[in-house]
Order: sequence, then C-alpha cells, then structure tokens
Amino acid sequence: MLEFNKENFQEEVLDAKGLVLVDYWGEGCEPCRALMPTFDELATEYEGRVKFGKLNTTQDRRLALSQRVLGLPTIVLYKDGSRVGECIKDNASREGIVSLLEMNL
Amino acid sequence: MESLYDVVIIGAGPAGLSAGLYAARAKMSTLILERDKTGGQISGTEEVANYPGSIEDATGPSLVARMVEQCESFGAKRKKANVTAMELNGKIKKIHTDQGLIEAKSVILALGASPRKLGVPGENELTGKGVSYCATCDAEFFTDLEVIVFGGGDTALEEGMFITKFARKVTVVHRRDTFRAAKSIVEKAMKNPKMDFIYNSGPKEILGDGIVQGVVIENFETGETTTINANPDDGIMGIFVFIGYLPENELIKDVLKTDKQGYILTDENMLTDIPGVFAAGDIRSKSLRQVVTAVSDGAIAAVQAEKYVDATFEE
Repeated sequence: MLEFNKENFQEEVLDAKGLVLVDYWGEGCEPCRALMPTFDELATEYEGRVKFGKLNTTQDRRLALSQRVLGLPTIVLYKDGSRVGECIKDNASREGIVSLLEMNL
Repeated sequence: MESLYDVVIIGAGPAGLSAGLYAARAKMSTLILERDKTGGQISGTEEVANYPGSIEDATGPSLVARMVEQCESFGAKRKKANVTAMELNGKIKKIHTDQGLIEAKSVILALGASPRKLGVPGENELTGKGVSYCATCDAEFFTDLEVIVFGGGDTALEEGMFITKFARKVTVVHRRDTFRAAKSIVEKAMKNPKMDFIYNSGPKEILGDGIVQGVVIENFETGETTTINANPDDGIMGIFVFIGYLPENELIKDVLKTDKQGYILTDENMLTDIPGVFAAGDIRSKSLRQVVTAVSDGAIAAVQAEKYVDATFEE
C-alpha cells in the first residue's frame, strides 16, 4: 500500500493521471483503524484501475487541512489530480467507497 | 452461510462482548455480529477512569481489546455483517444479513446508541469539515485553533478537556445554567485555563463555505443571537457536539416494545416482549449508560438466554 505524505503528495496524487483514492487516517482514530482492512481489500479488488494510498494526518496535519480534511475517517477520490468525491465518517464504509468508485470508473 | 446458533448477539460493544463471554463460557454456540467496528462508543474514548478494577490507564480501545480476548478464549465467534432484517417471533429466530441468513435459538440485541446531532442548518454539510462528534478522531486537526463544544454532561466536559491538549481555547456552550456532569469533572473543567463557558445558550446555525468559519448561538433567556466567528488569522474553527445519544433502533422499531425515546423495554432479566429475545447495553431503557452497566446487562442476558434455550429446546 502506498503511503502519501507532504513529500510525494503533489507527484503521486495531484499530478497523477487517472483515479487515486486517499485514505486520510490519524493515529488516535479508532474508526480509521477499523476501516483499514476494508480499504486493503478494496485496493486488491480495484488493482490496476484505481491507485490506493494512505495518508497519516497525525504526521501531515497541514497537508490534510490544505485538502480540507478536518474529520476522520475521510476517503477522497481524485481524478487526474482534481477532487471528484469523498466519503466522510459514517459514509466511509465498504458500501460508500464502492459506490464512489463505481460512479467514477 | 446457514447455521443454527444457540445464541446470536447483535452488536460488539461492551454489552455484546460481555454477553458473548458469558454465553460461550456456558458452552453455548455463540456468534457475535458486528457492523463495522468492534467496541462501540467506548472505542472513541481516551480515558476510562471509572470502570472498577480495570487495567491501569485503561483507554476505550485497550478495554475493548481485553474483552475481545476473553470472549474468544471461551470460543465465541465474531463476524462482520450488516443485519438487514430479523424474524424474531418463531421458535427459530432468523437474522438476515448482507453475509447471508443466520439462524438462532435466542438473540441478544446489543445495538447501542449513537451521538445525537444538533439539528441545525450547516451541521450535515460541515461534518468532517470542522463539525465533529469524536474528539479522539479529530481534536488534533484543531491544534492551536479555537473550538466550541456543545453539551453539558460528563462527555462534553471530559472531551472538552481532552481537546484543550490541542486547541488554543475551548468554549463550552450549554443550554442550562448548571452542568449535569459529575461534580469532580465540573471542578476540573472550571480550573482548566484554556476552557471558557457560555450558559443558557444553544446553536442556531453553523456557518462556513466548505469549512466551519463560525457559529450562531442563541441565548435562551434573552432571545439574543450572537455569531462567534473564527479568528481571521485562523480562518477556521472546530465544533464538537456531545449532547447525548439516540438509540440504534432501526431494526426493532415497530417490532419490540420501546419507551418514548425508542429504547427497548425489558424486564430485569433483560427479556423483551418476545420470548428468546433479550436486549443489553445502551439500547435498553435504563437510567445509567456506562460500560459497567452495559457489561452487567450482557452477563444477565446471556445467562437468561441459556436458561431459555435449555427449557425451550430440551429433547
């Protein structure tokens, strides 16, 4: 699984072609930890079609704020570098993420 | 998956895990269904100081992890599944899930509760954009920023104090003129130099374009409204909401007897109005919703479920 941070975010997400799905999580966030196995499964299911990666907001708070992420868990989908949709909190579930991806594939 | 369990427990917070422990230890075939995360609301709590005899420096997650361990050591199974419907009236209870049909001789509903929302304009649009119901998840985003907390109970003040570890200032807005929270907690909060208090007031609207930039507050005594804006240098502020809970009762509405607020009514044996169906924890109509009362409910429900199964299915 890719890990995004302030060093590679521009290149890997904002300058990337195609779909990139970013899992914004934090070290104190239990719902984020609970969601991770699901995110990993989906990464396998969508391999080759969508690039999946995680971003630790505890380490990169400013980067998260710059992306207007202020609540966890938040999953954001980028297409050719622009934000096309997101799943926040209760919507950050398998169902929510799959429907976001299917709408944009 | 199609199998018949002695007991199926729906919900994996402290009530469900305690029921699982007692049921499995009584040699019942036991399945615990959990929706998306184990642990329930306590998982989001940083400090659990009032659970008697618990491990030192217990946190919600550490307490839950230990409960899961105990549960599994006695042979309870756990499964991630979303329950979509239930047929509870027959001798065999049918639980329909997104993972298939599950059958049970008895059912323990440990469905829990979830945070109540403010119900004001701007709240839904700005959830995850400055509006939060989970301090451990989101407080660190507000490092050196200002935060408003709505609520007046233990949770509001305790979580407010937790947020002061990050935020520059935390203002608690409470609808009454005194706090409902335990005295020791109120005293501690009052001494916290980063905390400020506004009484007799509640929210009217949350303001912001994409992120929270302000909040309109009404004073109930004078009827006056005041807008609190984010400091212009910050450009953003946090709103944390701790104003109580609502029962997770979608599955049992119109099926089981509930009180006016929608919590399941049981007798002191945790039995609902349907034989073989028990309720435990926050979903139950009760006077104190804490881990210690949830695990007590779970234990009673499991023991009663065992008695029921023995009596009803005796060959």
